Amino acid sequence: MPETLAGPPARARLHAVTGDEPAEDDSQTRGPLRAVAEAPVPGDNPELYAPEGSSLAGLWSGLWPKLAAIGLAFAIWELVVLSGWRPDYVLPGPGAVLMRLWTDLLSGDIIVAAAITMKRALLGYGIALVAGVTIGLLMARVRVLRTAAGSLLTGLQTMPSVAWFPLAILLFQLSEAAILAVVVLGAAPSIATGLLNSFDQVPPLLVRAGRVMGARGLGLYRHIILPAALPGFLTGLKQGWAFAWRSLMAGELLVIIGHAPSIGVRLQFSRELSDAEGLLAWMIVVMVLGVLIDGLVFGTLERSIHRRRGLTGLHA
Amino acid sequence: MSAALPNLSKLLASVPAPAARPVALRLDGVSKRHGVGQDAVIALDTMSLSVRAGEFVCIVGASGCGKSTMLNLVAGLDTPTAGQVHVEGGRPALMFQESALFPWLTVEENVAFPLQMQGVGRSERKQRVAELLAMVHLEKFARRRPHELSGGMKQRVALARALAQRASLLLMDEPFAALDAMMRDHLHLELEQLWQQTGLTVVFVTHNVREAVRLGDRVLLLSSRPGRLMAEYQIDIPRPRRIESTEVARTAREITDRLHEAARHA
Repeated sequence: MPETLAGPPARARLHAVTGDEPAEDDSQTRGPLRAVAEAPVPGDNPELYAPEGSSLAGLWSGLWPKLAAIGLAFAIWELVVLSGWRPDYVLPGPGAVLMRLWTDLLSGDIIVAAAITMKRALLGYGIALVAGVTIGLLMARVRVLRTAAGSLLTGLQTMPSVAWFPLAILLFQLSEAAILAVVVLGAAPSIATGLLNSFDQVPPLLVRAGRVMGARGLGLYRHIILPAALPGFLTGLKQGWAFAWRSLMAGELLVIIGHAPSIGVRLQFSRELSDAEGLLAWMIVVMVLGVLIDGLVFGTLERSIHRRRGLTGLHA
Repeated sequence: MSAALPNLSKLLASVPAPAARPVALRLDGVSKRHGVGQDAVIALDTMSLSVRAGEFVCIVGASGCGKSTMLNLVAGLDTPTAGQVHVEGGRPALMFQESALFPWLTVEENVAFPLQMQGVGRSERKQRVAELLAMVHLEKFARRRPHELSGGMKQRVALARALAQRASLLLMDEPFAALDAMMRDHLHLELEQLWQQTGLTVVFVTHNVREAVRLGDRVLLLSSRPGRLMAEYQIDIPRPRRIESTEVARTAREITDRLHEAARHA
């Protein structure tokens, strides 16, 4: 078929006869053929599937809308202050608060407070993770348990965790244990529910395929059900973290432990001292920590899992 | 393609005559009822059939004829209400209409999965996977994830994964139904070649009569509700066949007429 085409093949025959530069004519005749052979195959281009570039330009394109939004929020705040709705010492402007944030950061107060709070958060979340996964797995495996405890779990999950504090304080006094207990109670039901829901959403076809290939019992869980459930489970983990963080903040405001200057204690003291600048600065700390953990920890996990599985959805 | 022809005919000549080969799969009066009491549905009604080793059998029927139920029974995913299923040579491999590849694994990890389940060592696994991917012409895509592949490529990976099980019986549940016609023709040829090279026994379920005639040594016709064996056709058209050829079309028409007739009487 290619012989009927004009051009390179004809020249090739000519070269073959004259013996003139066979290497070059070889490359010429193969040129168009090679182009056909190496035409892009669907899915043959890795760049197509890695939309997040590592370049600075890519970073900037993701960053500027966020910076703009923060700028807008600060502008609205400044406008409210300028309107004179409340006096300066009750509602200071962003400039003063940011200055205060800076000095507290330099003095190390923020680092100390954040360390105390984060330590509690991680400990509480860690316990909640173990408890939630254990409960979730048991309920997934034992049908009776699920029927019996299903609505109880929903009840626990929908109950505002602050409502636990009076009981926790009665049981554990004003102590670390009281705070931890409420953090665990706030997060564990979400994690357990997330795990259960994610199991329910595992495509039955994948389970069938796994069974046909010889995955049984625990192996089926390890090799098929758990990995298939991972994206859904991550949602539960994220929600559990949100509950843990909220419970912790509530706890630190209600359960003041004097020798541990946590973020909550700092907030409470600022209010008692009518230190509005300090109060707002500490609120910003709470928000930044929340965003950082959500974005850096859960966001990174989510993105890597979704990219691998092609679940990019709207981001594609 | 033309270069492969003499090779194939040699292979064909070496295959023993069908009657001489042992039985690979036998169903003895198999019935399957879903549900109990008045709501019970008879999916399969006293089905008896046998498939010889190395045979390519296609099962055709309208939806609701119990095709999938039958494959589940043969694959050991379900147990019959009555009758017996005999499968020679261990657990059969099964391929679905959707690839059912695991999205968290790469192509090579997917193909390695059944080997891993069988406890095959890492180095042997690696070598086997490379061979299998070469068989389905996807060696360049070993490190890719399933979502990066086209529908046809996914089914080829699924085929490689099914072959990795080293089962002597391969069950296929409408594996090419979701593909475009070009890709389907191509995969028919690939499957036919793989079948001839490996000596596998294939039970291929489809609702596409032409596809059944294109591929099968034998085509079994199932009736709907309850699923029952209605007719059986021996296809003696020489291979490799083309789905557009007049012989395939003529036989397919004959079978389709029979199906329509059955549907009218139902």
